[in-house]
Amino acid sequence: MTPNLTYVIVIGVLVAAGVTLLLERSLTRVLMGVILLGNGANLLLLTGGRAGGPPIVGTTPQEEMSDPLPQAMILTAIVITLGMTAFLLALAYRSWHLNGHDEVQDDVEDRRIMDLAERDEVPDDDVDGDDDDDDETEAGAERTLAGTVDSGRAG
Amino acid sequence: MTHLVPLPVVMPLLGAALTLLLLGRPRAQRWVSLTVLTATVGVAAALLVKSSVDGPLVVEVGGWAAPLGIVLVADQLAALMLVVSAAVTLCVLVYSIGQGMADGNEETPLSVYHPTYLVLTAGVCNAFLSGDLFNLYVGFEILLVASYVLLTLGSTETRIRAGTTYVVVSLLSSVIFLVAIGLVYASTGTLNLAQLVDRLDALPDDLRLLLQGMLLLAFGIKAAVFPLSAWLPDSYPTAPAPVTAVFAGLLTKVGVYAIIRTETLLFPGGRTATLLLVTAVLTMVVGILGAVAQSDIKRLLSFTLISHIGYMLFGVGLTSALGLSAAIFYVVHHITIQTTLFLAAGLVERRGGSTTMDRLGGLARLSPLLAILFFVPALNLAGIPPFSGFLGKLGLVQAGIDDGGVLAWILVAGGLLTSLLTLYAVARVWNLAFWRAPHPEMPDSDEAAQAARVEGAVQPQQPLPNGHSGAVLPKLMIAPTVALVVFGLVLTVVAGPLFELSTDAADDLLRRTPYVDAVFPGGTP
Repeated sequence: MTPNLTYVIVIGVLVAAGVTLLLERSLTRVLMGVILLGNGANLLLLTGGRAGGPPIVGTTPQEEMSDPLPQAMILTAIVITLGMTAFLLALAYRSWHLNGHDEVQDDVEDRRIMDLAERDEVPDDDVDGDDDDDDETEAGAERTLAGTVDSGRAG
Repeated sequence: MTHLVPLPVVMPLLGAALTLLLLGRPRAQRWVSLTVLTATVGVAAALLVKSSVDGPLVVEVGGWAAPLGIVLVADQLAALMLVVSAAVTLCVLVYSIGQGMADGNEETPLSVYHPTYLVLTAGVCNAFLSGDLFNLYVGFEILLVASYVLLTLGSTETRIRAGTTYVVVSLLSSVIFLVAIGLVYASTGTLNLAQLVDRLDALPDDLRLLLQGMLLLAFGIKAAVFPLSAWLPDSYPTAPAPVTAVFAGLLTKVGVYAIIRTETLLFPGGRTATLLLVTAVLTMVVGILGAVAQSDIKRLLSFTLISHIGYMLFGVGLTSALGLSAAIFYVVHHITIQTTLFLAAGLVERRGGSTTMDRLGGLARLSPLLAILFFVPALNLAGIPPFSGFLGKLGLVQAGIDDGGVLAWILVAGGLLTSLLTLYAVARVWNLAFWRAPHPEMPDSDEAAQAARVEGAVQPQQPLPNGHSGAVLPKLMIAPTVALVVFGLVLTVVAGPLFELSTDAADDLLRRTPYVDAVFPGGTP
């Protein structure tokens, strides 16, 4: 179909929101981002073909038929996105089961570098930073506890 | 003969269905998987012979004629990739069966392992054979979804953590690929690769560059090209040894294959040659510097994997026949060698109880066979003459010198530096894990290591179920590793004919007409 402005704006908003969510730490939000991005891409595919009547011989004259190929591709892409959504949900659930949260964690190397950086810091300089750390540890402990209790209940 | 073309995709898929039905009957599952993959190797070899003699083989799936239906095309490049990847997957399958029989199903392979592994093979074969951009996407998705499952097998904490990053990054690259496909279809009205050749040539230059850039970005993430490679060393080493080995051998190479295919067939003329060459040198040097800094063998090997992807891009970026044929030769060499090294690392982990070099030592004396299995492919990877790694790098350097540009010379220098640093990295593994005196905590005989495994003192951290020996180096794990080491040596011996084959493939790729004529014998519609 001829791309009209509404269409383009909708695709733009979907992709922008998707990318923003993809940059979040929580896997559930990342999943939302993936879904939005996928829908944006599907709409984009749809704009690639001619619009018109149902492409069935006998119901529509050949010149007025819509292009069925993008629709077939979108169907395939939707099925793939569906499967991925289920898999990511399972991953998030498992992560919550194990860690009490579903946040995407730092790379091993990043953590090593952060440890090194922390060791280099002069302790007196960073009193506030230490406090933050303590809070986080406590919060983390609470979450882990909550996770254990819940998983116990589930089990 | 053309009826053979879909078999490398169809057979593993049927095998996957059959092994799913046989859940809970591991013996039957093993036989099905082995039979299917052995047959795939045979079919792939037949395709290679046939396509070298008669030119590309084309099948219109379901009997629908070319631009409307989907075509599978087995030209020399695709057939060569099929042969090597099928042989490697077969060896890794035997290795994982050996590991499973020694340790029980606690770690790997779980009952779902066989179906997933076969689906992965089908996806890889589909990507190689595809003559249609959307079918290529489907091939990628099949192999990626299977790889998500394999990477998070057992869903332990580290695997979930690593799997999350891997899945999200792969999903992003798939979306970029899908958007690129949408744009290609919108601007040309077709996705058939052979038909795209003419239609893309007719597009305005800036639009073509946009499409080319998006496809390169999507494939670049999958191939782990430098700025897009950070996901790889984080995720691969956490998976079970056979899974890491097959990922390292195949998945990134499918990305490289897609880059070669699109850069030569769809977008010739080398408009992104400078970009490719710059990323190639960065991939090589940054990757190998990462490897030098590692203290864990699996992580170190993951970084060498990234680094050596740079060599293949180097050959593609030169856009000369020699460069391209050297790149194809290098892909074949690297699939074999990198997989072998990861399998050897898996054996080191079993024998020494760890892959951290600080906790290893003296393996050369404790287990001479294991030492040889690591040493030969390690030297091969570093490019010591007369191994195939040396011949591949020689071809690339020769092509770089022939090119003569400033950038090409920088790449030649970067390539040699990377080769040297690779030697340093693997020599460090050799010195620390194999050559120095044994670490005091290490079991000093195979029997002691076996006893430690049975009691659960090392992984899998719990006593093994009854009926499993916990043998440290079972024959079924040693044999495929030996087979792959020998295969690597055979590549060296038959390097002459193999280089001729890759030169033929490169010529066909650069001429483009053999591919197009095979798909449309009566001229492009």
